[in-house]
Amino acid sequence: MGDQAPRAAHPTDSRMSADAPLLAVRGLQKRFGAVRALAGVDLTVLHGQIHVLLGENGAGKSTLIKCLGGVHWPDGGSVALEGRPIAPASPRDAERIGISTVFQEINLIPHMSLAENISLGREPTGPLGRIRWHEVRRRAEVALARLGLRVGVGSDLSSCSIAIRQLVAIARALDVSAKLLILDEPTSSLDRGEVAQLMGVMRRLRADGLGIIFITHFLDQVYEIADRITILRDGALVGEYDPASLPRTRLVSLMIGREYSPPIATPTPTPTLTTAPTTATTTTPSSTNGETAETVAEPSIAVAHARNLGRRGSVEGINIQIDKGQTVGLAGLLGSGRSETARLFFGADRATEGSLEIDGTPVRLRSPRQAIRRRIAMTAEDRRSEGIIPNLSVRENILLALQVHRGLARPIPSAEASRLVHDFVRSLNIKTPSSEAPVSSLSGGNQQKALLARWLATDPHLLILDEPTRGIDVGAKAEIERLIGTLRERGMAVLLVGSDLEEVVRICRRVIVLRDRRQVAELHGGRCNEREIMAAIAEHTPSHIAVGSTPQPPLAGDSGGSR
Amino acid sequence: MSTRSGSSSASSLRRLALPMAALLLLLLFNFLFTPGFFAVEVRDGRLYGTLIDILNHGSKIGIVAIGMTLVIATGGVDLSVGAVAAIAGAAAAHLIVSGSSPPVAIASGLILGVLAGAWNGILVTMLRLQPIVATLILMVAGRGIAQLITNGLIITYDSPTLTFIGNGSLGGLPFPVMMLAVVLAITAILARRTAIGLFVECVGDNAAAARMSGVPDRAVKLLAYASCGLCAGLAGLIECSYIRAADANNAGMLLELDAILAVVLGGTALTGGRFSLIGSVLGAMLIQILTKTLYMQNVSADIAPAPKALVVLVVCLLHSPALRQRLANLVSRRAGA
Amino acid sequence: MKLIPSPRHIPMLATAVVLVGAFSLGSALYPNFASWGVIRNLLVDNAFLGIAAIGATFVIISGGIDLSVGSVMAFTSILIASLIEQHGVHPIPASGLALILGAAFGLGQGALIQAFRLPPFLITLAGMFLARGLAFAIHPQSLGIRDPFIATTINESLTFSLPLGPRGIQIPLTVDLFIAAAIVAWLVLTGMRFGRAVHAIGDDEHAANLMGLPVARTRIAVYGISGFMSAFAGVVFALYQQSGDPASCKGMELDAIAAVVIGGTLLRGGVGSVIGTVMGVMVFGLIQTMIAFQGDLSSWWTRIVVGVLVLTFLVLQRGVEWVGRRRN
Repeated sequence: MGDQAPRAAHPTDSRMSADAPLLAVRGLQKRFGAVRALAGVDLTVLHGQIHVLLGENGAGKSTLIKCLGGVHWPDGGSVALEGRPIAPASPRDAERIGISTVFQEINLIPHMSLAENISLGREPTGPLGRIRWHEVRRRAEVALARLGLRVGVGSDLSSCSIAIRQLVAIARALDVSAKLLILDEPTSSLDRGEVAQLMGVMRRLRADGLGIIFITHFLDQVYEIADRITILRDGALVGEYDPASLPRTRLVSLMIGREYSPPIATPTPTPTLTTAPTTATTTTPSSTNGETAETVAEPSIAVAHARNLGRRGSVEGINIQIDKGQTVGLAGLLGSGRSETARLFFGADRATEGSLEIDGTPVRLRSPRQAIRRRIAMTAEDRRSEGIIPNLSVRENILLALQVHRGLARPIPSAEASRLVHDFVRSLNIKTPSSEAPVSSLSGGNQQKALLARWLATDPHLLILDEPTRGIDVGAKAEIERLIGTLRERGMAVLLVGSDLEEVVRICRRVIVLRDRRQVAELHGGRCNEREIMAAIAEHTPSHIAVGSTPQPPLAGDSGGSR
Repeated sequence: MSTRSGSSSASSLRRLALPMAALLLLLLFNFLFTPGFFAVEVRDGRLYGTLIDILNHGSKIGIVAIGMTLVIATGGVDLSVGAVAAIAGAAAAHLIVSGSSPPVAIASGLILGVLAGAWNGILVTMLRLQPIVATLILMVAGRGIAQLITNGLIITYDSPTLTFIGNGSLGGLPFPVMMLAVVLAITAILARRTAIGLFVECVGDNAAAARMSGVPDRAVKLLAYASCGLCAGLAGLIECSYIRAADANNAGMLLELDAILAVVLGGTALTGGRFSLIGSVLGAMLIQILTKTLYMQNVSADIAPAPKALVVLVVCLLHSPALRQRLANLVSRRAGA
Repeated sequence: MKLIPSPRHIPMLATAVVLVGAFSLGSALYPNFASWGVIRNLLVDNAFLGIAAIGATFVIISGGIDLSVGSVMAFTSILIASLIEQHGVHPIPASGLALILGAAFGLGQGALIQAFRLPPFLITLAGMFLARGLAFAIHPQSLGIRDPFIATTINESLTFSLPLGPRGIQIPLTVDLFIAAAIVAWLVLTGMRFGRAVHAIGDDEHAANLMGLPVARTRIAVYGISGFMSAFAGVVFALYQQSGDPASCKGMELDAIAAVVIGGTLLRGGVGSVIGTVMGVMVFGLIQTMIAFQGDLSSWWTRIVVGVLVLTFLVLQRGVEWVGRRRN
């Protein structure tokens, strides 16, 4: 970020009036290389307003707040604070202007006291530059008292809960007389009581006239506290809304980008334009995408069967059964626990409760290695950090998992290896100058196909795909979708995590819906359509949501509704 | 290396370009300014000459550099190789003096090397200490252990077998050179004809992704550190054999620096990932030529480290992505203006 | 006040326990061990190591490492010996020049590490070679310093006597310098913005950056301080030995790092203290003293015991971190 030239201020937008909005963002643009992260976004925040910013992955929320917070520098558009154009050059600069950000990962120093974290870098000093510690402590006590927090300011940050750290971060942000406070998903790892406490703090600050931009994935919280809502999608503004006149289902459809029509009370589903099946999973053969192959071979043993599977602080109450040749979708908003669930099936995270059976045998997966031995495969959501081995060749990336299967001492004979790589490159249409090119030189879609090839080479029984089409071009998306169809025909079980609902219902016959890190519905057959999924996500529960054969998953009941 | 084909060997050639160029430059310099540098003569069926000397002395660094390459490729580093070499040499000499047969002495030295390396590996993989920190422990304590073995004395011994390792010759070439060739061949075969090389590179390039693909990352690292210990042990035997004595205080002194430098010169990134064994051996020879050239230009052995350090700095800077980024920015800014 | 110590203080408390334990053990095993003379010698013999370890404390708290310490000390000692004896420079400007060169050397290393994101161990390893080579380039052998200013004024007149024990004990200037350095370093690290920033970048550099701390400036300064302290240790070493030697102080960086770790500073960075380091140096010295008192043990036992102690403390640190994570 430090290598661009400072951008010029925009003198045009310099009307100074008493009733100027606290923050006025107009036509903000930002590119990262070829990727357009923000394409002309507007945002208006008033004094004493809690403004919720909503959007799915890649909507541009974090880019927007990082531009406001001085971490990124926008390429175009204007930002004005109380009518005065601003261009924060660094986080410190933004704070000086009056914009303070509390990032999701809470950027504080773990092995320092709460008091010190609040004033670090701007401690009051006395003669010879000695820090006046009693003043540091007093300031911290005042700042935390303002948030209604009574704790010893001398204790180590690392010994405090996430909730207290969050409040300390807010106290630090307020310590510089902030006018606008940006909270990036502050509630994502708080429990119910802590969320209530945070909400109380936000209300108090709102009463003090502070403007707050609040990013969250929990719709309950949106409706509980938002004065205004701005929705972004794919780097563009969808619109600004009044929560009172924006039904939940409408909000979800705006975020996801699908038109939503209220569910029809009749059990007969409306056929959509997509190829989603219109009947229950195991019956009618459809000519379109190879459902004929779903002959119920051995209905007795599921490839994978989770009962009440969960992990403390991550997800709970997961009940999923996946049979041979089935494709099950995991849907939910960002932060609903969909990736976390997928990771439990692969041993990438360890389950702490419930049970999991693979091919009829109970297992406790402690590492991906053990999952791989049970013929489970998974492409992770983050392709760059957990998928590709960037500087190794396409060939090596494809052969890696198979080599792991064979063990250290049995290398794949070079002729066989070449044939395999060649076959996969051709059948998956991986566009690479040569199989020896480093995989990082490929486009995102082709990297993803190489990763799929890596796992397909091991011939897995269960293939877990965490957002396999994220950030790749349309052509590659269609190819991957077709590939999943073919795999199903071959009898492979697939667990698909997807944020694009249209895609999920197109590919899957059965969809598990997650909300607030628990399973809330299982839809199949005629109910497996976007409308029903959105209803489940939005907690708008139609009477006829099908509950799977598994033990009763908790329904909307205890998640609070519209309190 | 042989299983690679096409553009992959082209890219490994590119990585070797820098050490090759430096090597040729140094040879050219010596051709012009050091009389008799290239003279080789045969006496008693053995080759003699400056170049042979360089090969001979470079072999010790080269062997350690091969082990170090594996460790660095996993994203680690081993600072204890000098101390481990001292331990191995001390143990072998001590056993010879106390009446053991030479094969037993030699095997004990090598086994101690493996154990020391495995110890480092356990600290790195089980205790999850940073590699620098983990190997620092043995770097501190190792020399003390070596002196414990020699009782603080310089042990001189008389054993034709042990002496042969550092001073003998085979096929006209000094025996250390043959050992380097054998170590290189075995390592290359193990690395490239089994999956070890692939796994090492995966762990070093992207440890999280390697784990997600089921690569046994701990076992791979343990193996790398143990191999490095073995190589250090062998180097310790060569040194102890060459001077016909075990000097716990000075054996393997600064060996870690020479070995790391050789690896970096050879084109293996300190951040891990792709590695080149040939490159590291070339790097070792490059260091030895540089040292020899300095001596022949009448730079004292004590001052020689200074110019070597400057070479390290220049090479590191050339390998630094940050520098390349800066240069690229400079160029683009100029183009933009 | 809390009775249960914060986890970050446990390693330092362990150091205190080891220090007291070692001294008690020595007193119990050897007659004449528990005497003012032994304590005095502990300070005098380890003053230069202590000063170097204080510099290393800054670097390690910032999450880095400096391997050039010993070589810079050797370079400094031979530089001032040569300036005084061969070029007739007065000891004070000679020492001043050495200190400036040491600081500049450290700043250069820091700038390379910061600007080009190079691993600190590699840059300072190269620095170690460079300084060692330059030391030999100044003068290839040990050089005695016979200048009366050092021999008489500094090492005799400035020594003061403490009325302890039957005959009183003589404290030379070098010990005063060590104590002064420790106090200043302690004040800087605990009570100044710069010192707190050093802790912050060692604990979480990314967060420190987003909190608006001057990360680049702080890191370069930390290596500058380490270079300065190494040169300072070199000056004290030259005073102590009354000579300069380009081959001296080999491995001193390891002793310094070991003392810092035994002093409870986390090698990972972020947590540590000068008081701990001073105690670590004393533990280091006590081990040497006890081995000397034992008589039949050779000096290399020091390295082994120190290695074991370092390992113990590293394991202890891991354990504390693990407990801390479990608690959350």
